[in-house]
Amino acid sequence: SKSDVLHLYRNLLRNSKKFCNYNFREYFLRRTKEDFKCHKNESDPSKVQQLLEKARQDLVVISRQATLSQMYAADR
Amino acid sequence: MLAIALRGSKTLGSKLTSSIVVRRCAATAPKEGRRWLQISTTNSNMDFSIAGQAKEGRSAFLDNQSTTAMDPRVLDAMMPLLTWQYGNPHSRSHHYGWEAEELVEEARGHVAKLIGADAKEIVFTSGATECNNMAVKGVARFYGAKKKHIITTQTEHKCVLDSCRVLQNEGFEITYLPVQANGLINLDTLRAAIRPDTALVSVMAVNNEIGVIQPMVEIGKICRENKVFFHSDIAQAAGKIDVNVNEWNLDLASISGHKIYGPKGVGALYIRRRPRVRIEPIISGGGQERGLRSGTVPAPLAVGLGAAARIALEERERDYAHAKRLSEKMYKAVMQRVPHVTLNGDPESRYPGNLNLSFAYVEGESLLMALKEVAVSSGSACTSASLEPSYVLRALGVDEDMAHTSIRFGIGRFTTEEEIDYAVNLVEKHVHRLREMSPLWEMVQEGIDIKKIEWVAH
Repeated sequence: SKSDVLHLYRNLLRNSKKFCNYNFREYFLRRTKEDFKCHKNESDPSKVQQLLEKARQDLVVISRQATLSQMYAADR
Repeated sequence: MLAIALRGSKTLGSKLTSSIVVRRCAATAPKEGRRWLQISTTNSNMDFSIAGQAKEGRSAFLDNQSTTAMDPRVLDAMMPLLTWQYGNPHSRSHHYGWEAEELVEEARGHVAKLIGADAKEIVFTSGATECNNMAVKGVARFYGAKKKHIITTQTEHKCVLDSCRVLQNEGFEITYLPVQANGLINLDTLRAAIRPDTALVSVMAVNNEIGVIQPMVEIGKICRENKVFFHSDIAQAAGKIDVNVNEWNLDLASISGHKIYGPKGVGALYIRRRPRVRIEPIISGGGQERGLRSGTVPAPLAVGLGAAARIALEERERDYAHAKRLSEKMYKAVMQRVPHVTLNGDPESRYPGNLNLSFAYVEGESLLMALKEVAVSSGSACTSASLEPSYVLRALGVDEDMAHTSIRFGIGRFTTEEEIDYAVNLVEKHVHRLREMSPLWEMVQEGIDIKKIEWVAH
């Protein structure tokens, strides 16, 4: 549903922001925004499911790696 | 003795004042004689000093040809193998080995898919250097009884050129094809260079220093027609531009992990199976990788390369568009704001993430030093310790002074627009500053043709 998608989107952005490294942070923010914007008008339900599944997998990876990056935080 | 025309309060670099005398021809002798020999030493450094201006923190990384940051998604795929899935992928007697093998084979599939190959045609190695050694020496030595000739280009990476040098000592003949002023090889020259005893043609797809893309399809066709094996170093091309081993008619291809946002210390060599290409292995041992590259496959690194290849395939178009946008922005801004800048290499047939610019009348090393907040390089990392100008630029016929002033800006997946803007501002500021203290720049402003000056060392 729409609120699920929005929730996922916000979650991805929030976790991307946690990256300590500037370049990784900016990249995942840019990528998430681009991805959701570009598939905004996707109507094929199976394609939507597929994209959401991919985004959920990405969220797991991003949140894990963002946490990891905080453990080895360097400058910037 | 010192005879140099300079306006008041300017000092020269000590190297220049102590070792070079400028003889100016009579026609351009200065009107104001008193300017001669006027070199002020008072307080003159102040305007040019940038001491204490460097910013804190890590510099912006604009050297994506030397290496790339490892993508966090790649590390995520590697972590299990770096911690608890530590099995030897060649162990056939227990679960540890099986799971490692399964993951490595999956990675092999991803690498193959990136270049349109079959998983069975991929051999894991330690990097593109090893791949190039294996391909060039391996083919030459296997077919060496009948075929004694190899063709490569003058702008190849050092590891191909050096492998060729080794083969020369073993009695092979090597043709180093010249390149045109735009960095591309001439197809007719290639055709003419092929002999009945030519075993291999090795041409890199995307040049690591200037980013030009060679006409791979045409070269592949010529090689296939003449039944010569075609090897390409695609370390800078894989994952960045569309690479297909069948469209390009490649027989061997070298991939590097750390150029596609993967880990360092791993690479992959593509070896065609149909028609079969045979090579003599360099490393002997336990017969791993079908006996072509013995030694335990580093499972975590191989899986990292696989993940990097998978992501590169998914993200290629986005990465390309991003690099193109930023590169065009940077090129336009630099050309607009800084005069006397030239782009090295062909303007059309190039990978946009590589912008190699020459700043006339600026000493390249000084500019590199001044650009402290951006990590850039004048050429390949292998030669970045020496002050010699790049042999690639020399092969293009770039004048020595311009080759000395080249800087390579590498734009990649993780480069941001902010970093590009920042770099452009810094470049503008420092090129201007360095030119202001250059006597050459001053002569150019006065309309003297630098090339006609007779330099005398003493």
